[in-house]
Amino acid sequence: MANYIGKPVKRVEDKRFITGKGKYTDDIVLPNMSYAYILRSPYAHATINSVDISAAQAMDGVVAIFTGADIAEAGISGVPCGWQVNFKNGDTMKEPPHPLLVKDKSLHVGDGVAVVIAESKEIARDAADLIEVEYDEHDAVSNPADALKDGAPLVHADAPGNLAFDWEIGDKDKTDAAMAAAHHITKLEFVNQRVVPNAIEPRAAIGDYDGSRDHYTLYTSSQNPHLIRLLMCAFVLGLPEHKVRVVSPDVGGGFGSKIFHYAEEALVTWASKQIGRPVKWTADRSEAFLTDAHGRDHVTTAELGLDTEGNFVGLRVNTVANMGAYLSTFAPAVPTYLHGTLLQGLYTTPAIHIDLKAAFTHTNAVDAYRGAGRPEATFLLERLVETAAIEIGMDPAELRIKNFIPPFDGVEEPGYQTQVALQYDSGNYEPVVRKAMEMVGYDDFRREQAAAKAEGRLLGIGFSTYIEACGIAPSAVVGALGARAGLFESSQVRVQPTGKVSVYTGSHSHGQGHETTFAQVVADQFGIALEDVDIVHGDSDAVAFGMGTYGSRSLAVGGSAIVKSCQKVIEKGAKIAAHLLEVSEEDLEFAGGSWTVKGTDKSVGFGDVALTAYVPHNYPEDIEPGLDFSSFYDPKNFTYPFGCHICVVEIDPDTGKVDVKRFVAVDDVGNIINPMIVEGQIHGGVAQGIGQALFEEVLYDDNASLLNGSYMDYTMPRADDLPMFEVGNTVTPCPHNPLGVKGAGEAGCIAATPAVVNAVVDALKDYNVKDIRMPMTPERVWRAMHSNGNGHH
Amino acid sequence: MITTAFSYHKAGTVADALKLLAECGDDAKILAGGHSLIPAMKLRLNQPEHLIDISGISEIRYIRCEGNSLRVGAGATHADIANSSDVQSHMPMLAETAALIGDPAVRNKGTMGGVLAHADPAADYPAALLAADAEVVVQGPGGERIIALENFLLGLFDTDLAENEIIVEVRMNISPSNAKSTYQKFMQPASRYAIVGCAAMVTVDQGRISDAKVAFSSVAEKAFRAREVENALKGQEASEATIKAAVKNAVNGVEVLSDHFASSEYRGHLAKVYAERALKAVI
Repeated sequence: MANYIGKPVKRVEDKRFITGKGKYTDDIVLPNMSYAYILRSPYAHATINSVDISAAQAMDGVVAIFTGADIAEAGISGVPCGWQVNFKNGDTMKEPPHPLLVKDKSLHVGDGVAVVIAESKEIARDAADLIEVEYDEHDAVSNPADALKDGAPLVHADAPGNLAFDWEIGDKDKTDAAMAAAHHITKLEFVNQRVVPNAIEPRAAIGDYDGSRDHYTLYTSSQNPHLIRLLMCAFVLGLPEHKVRVVSPDVGGGFGSKIFHYAEEALVTWASKQIGRPVKWTADRSEAFLTDAHGRDHVTTAELGLDTEGNFVGLRVNTVANMGAYLSTFAPAVPTYLHGTLLQGLYTTPAIHIDLKAAFTHTNAVDAYRGAGRPEATFLLERLVETAAIEIGMDPAELRIKNFIPPFDGVEEPGYQTQVALQYDSGNYEPVVRKAMEMVGYDDFRREQAAAKAEGRLLGIGFSTYIEACGIAPSAVVGALGARAGLFESSQVRVQPTGKVSVYTGSHSHGQGHETTFAQVVADQFGIALEDVDIVHGDSDAVAFGMGTYGSRSLAVGGSAIVKSCQKVIEKGAKIAAHLLEVSEEDLEFAGGSWTVKGTDKSVGFGDVALTAYVPHNYPEDIEPGLDFSSFYDPKNFTYPFGCHICVVEIDPDTGKVDVKRFVAVDDVGNIINPMIVEGQIHGGVAQGIGQALFEEVLYDDNASLLNGSYMDYTMPRADDLPMFEVGNTVTPCPHNPLGVKGAGEAGCIAATPAVVNAVVDALKDYNVKDIRMPMTPERVWRAMHSNGNGHH
Repeated sequence: MITTAFSYHKAGTVADALKLLAECGDDAKILAGGHSLIPAMKLRLNQPEHLIDISGISEIRYIRCEGNSLRVGAGATHADIANSSDVQSHMPMLAETAALIGDPAVRNKGTMGGVLAHADPAADYPAALLAADAEVVVQGPGGERIIALENFLLGLFDTDLAENEIIVEVRMNISPSNAKSTYQKFMQPASRYAIVGCAAMVTVDQGRISDAKVAFSSVAEKAFRAREVENALKGQEASEATIKAAVKNAVNGVEVLSDHFASSEYRGHLAKVYAERALKAVI
């Protein structure tokens, strides 16, 4: 019975967040704690000739200073990469070491050179200024396409041509043949620019070594504490996992950037043992810009082939993806298995091929950022489709619908096998487009657009449809694709003697509202009140295991693991209830928090059964006391949410400034547990998607130095840049998980970006503008309006 | 983001501030609203040994009319100026400017004196103040100096203020009763400073423009009066054609700034657009 599922229950965690009672890593103060500051290289590519720490070490209050040489001497391996992709010829990807602190060479601005540990963070910061490092600066390269050119400055000696790996998916010959036979080819060359995730809470880590029991605790602002423990213990520090606890308390946003195992986590853990004191490191905003893994950064050429009827016959893509200087935890997976495999989109395109090169550059690492590969795939497809519609003179919505995969529920009808490895679970694509068109009033808009044009105003409308692979992921599948970890999830449901329920989940909430959504699921499973359920996460000592939160996986995978444990509780509870009611289990039904003898009013409540389980005086002989179950859930497939977003813009013809007038998002994320939380996720994602389209871009100078590493210069979208979002949904349940859910965390960020670009191009259709590079700043739009021989209008 | 160590001094009066300034010498910085200085210190771009806090000096936090003169104390905040009925009625473009600076937190702390002393080319006030022919009153050990703003602003972050002086007041004649004024701004999207700011004060008499003052912020290294535009307006018929013709000269001979938000070509274009918008609003 659904008392809570499907209802917009207010988030239980918000009381502590709104009243300032959240407890983040930097809020934790341990006795005798020391503070670390990391001296970072100001050069993107430089040889380190010498590091003189003598003056800094002599400063009052400095506890210890460690340099890259100390780390090397201690024999500490670098930070590992968690996903192996092989070259087309089968060779293993180039995986140069990523030391915690560099000894000989800095490979990007922000590479750690030394860590100063002091009695206060002020002293640590001041002492760092006294460290004298002698650098020899070399030429550097930041653009991935440039990095692959002959003669480009080399990032790693053992990665010739700066190629980390090359990769392909799809049938090249079939695609080439399809393109050769195509009636029309739409071709675009574009840059999916690099952006900074910008979680509001900068990363922080505290290492706390307890010599008395040879035990380590790491507090870290992370999306997946167990994964950090696994990587740090097994690959970096060689520590026994049972002697290491990793805690990720409240975390202020991640957007992917806090999935990865960062050098600072291992550094404070190791340093704590060296000095026998807790060591805290907290990034400042400048460090966040320099060292939080960035997102996107693709340079792409893409072609879509169409026949005379407007059917898509082939898709051919060439992409260069920037890896940065080192391979971050999931980096190789992002442009490959999270991008190339999504190129089917919602369409029946029968021949698809992508050729991808991953380049090393003298920049901070690039890894998963909200959507991770799927936004890049969607951008590519939806820009191509919209452009094709213009070129062949067809309505963009109708061209999409014409090429959509027909509906399939994944139960009666099988899943849809794509040309690029994935099998979609269930889908019904046309309704999202029709609903979005109805919400935006598409026909009325075209009239309004024409009327505005007569007044010299430039209105435009842009579509985007998307599919994403969420609920990451079946372990065997990702293992075959190079993942060095499983991607299941664990849960423990502990019914307390009074019938209150503590739930331990390996998913991690850093803004998603799990404490509410998961509690809604559990409360309805047991027919109890929401307040009687507590969700515990983020502590490797409390939670048996977990793979964390990313890839819109928490509810689909973590939630399913919780349901499994709930089912075990209900099964055992039935045995106890049958005993108490002196009937057989088959005579009972469980609903509304009670086991009732069918057809009678004889029943026993959930709380009584729980108490009996812990006070087993009158108890079945053949079962154990207690009511506490764990489960692991490994999904059978990815989940495939989809949707249609429509953006309406107005462009100031004098300045080129784009004003987003309306934004309609219709998403199908399967069943919805909490519509308010889903809507919030869509809102946040759309804001970030619009941010990439209009505002955000990492800029480097010729020496690969970051030019806009502050909020004075890096433009984040703000409330007054955005309209009130209009959100709707359809529901196509996921056929292979118990909740029928698909995931909603990334949808907005995946779909929004191309919708905005398409809208701007539509607004400028009289200016013969085919494409505009993102972010579509006023100057870029103005220049586009005045190129192509348009002159000054 | 941690500053270097510094000594903090709180000045209660202007005399007090000048004395502290004399004592602390070259290594002192005046702290008013702190919205430019403190971030620069946190980035260690600025490492003063002494901070002399003048934000509590009540004798320079005022706005009043004295006869025909509008007097704004250097300690008046942007919010004070935006909300002042004297400014709203006697120099509306200045109130409009103040209301467009930053966000409420910035407007509640930032001061008129702080903006002028810092001389950031992207700051908003100078355009309106130049169009108002404002003067800056500074005080030092030698007494008071009154400097026309046009002479006070020397260049990029550079003014005529001596190291032992502080700004105490900005004064200007109240706008003629038949003049209309405005400030129009194209914002830098990240910082919300101006990419181009244009102030215009125009008097129209029987369909003809009898007086016009037009000034720009953020277009060049320092704010400037666009006299070619003014000359092209004065004596002409108050019409759209006059405006369009006049703004063509907006950046003649000006070395227009370029940054990653706006190249000099685009910024020069925006200057014309914003001059046109400002003039259309007042003519």
